[in-house]
Amino acid sequence: MVHRPTTGRVTSAKIVIAGGFGVGKTTLVGSVSEITPLTTEAIMTSAGEGVDDTRQVPGKVTTTVAMDFGRISIDRDLILYLFGTPGQTRFWFMWDELVRGAIGAVVMVDTRRLADCFAAIDFFEHRRLPYLVAINCFDGMQYHSAQDVRDALAVSPDVPVVSCDARSRESTKQVLISLVEYVLTMRRQRAGAPA
Amino acid sequence: MVAERDEPTGALVRPYAVTRGRTRPKLDIALEALVETTVRGRSVVARDGTGQGREQQYIAALCDGRLQSLAEIAARMQLPLGVARVLIADMASDGMVAIYEPTSFDSNDSVGTELLERVLSGLRRL
Repeated sequence: MVHRPTTGRVTSAKIVIAGGFGVGKTTLVGSVSEITPLTTEAIMTSAGEGVDDTRQVPGKVTTTVAMDFGRISIDRDLILYLFGTPGQTRFWFMWDELVRGAIGAVVMVDTRRLADCFAAIDFFEHRRLPYLVAINCFDGMQYHSAQDVRDALAVSPDVPVVSCDARSRESTKQVLISLVEYVLTMRRQRAGAPA
Repeated sequence: MVAERDEPTGALVRPYAVTRGRTRPKLDIALEALVETTVRGRSVVARDGTGQGREQQYIAALCDGRLQSLAEIAARMQLPLGVARVLIADMASDGMVAIYEPTSFDSNDSVGTELLERVLSGLRRL
């Protein structure tokens, strides 16, 4: 093939961006993505495998779930994708596919609506997907300290809690760097620990 | 900026018509798996009257010399993910596109760690 890159094998990786409605997931993705965030849709039908949610909605045959995502070319042969979770947490079937093989997740928090992120944190803890908490400071205002948020969320002490401005490329970049550093640290600890 | 959509947009009209009703792909393709048109794919599309559908031609052009993920292809074609997955799996089995699987970080192996280090230095360079 003509376009085969010169180093390593061609592959991709992904980071999941979660959080409640309106917390700034797409803004965060857009601030650092090399493409305008795209939206992809999945259709859940009553014939879907392993899906039982539709039974609770009488007469509902199909539901469309939209996810926004962006792209960062790390190298010619390594592409990183940022996938925003569907806003409604009842679309768990899509979350399964989103977290499979992911590097980790960013849980975005609006301190005025802290409870909106509980479901995402529960999900990632259950799936043992590493995550960090990013407090989005709307209009540059941070209403609560990182420590307050950590206490309120009762996340494990090793989980990073950082502040960010989702509109800022540099700030988003730092959030992603913090997540990858955290994941690397955890992997090295596990690799070094006796079996 | 793409608005956050929290409401289902409703059923599309016959979304699986372009796959002639098939909903199961010949192979499972991850959301972020990368697709690239092969030399064979390029020549098949270049020929006239090959019987290739419009969708296959679009995909072959989109991924010619450009790595595109399943998610990007589906989004750019405004096709549901499942439909794009069936089309691309068909094209892969016909040798028209190559598919590069993502690296999974679920296990704690050295391949993943090495790749994470590359991601980290790439992010720092941004």
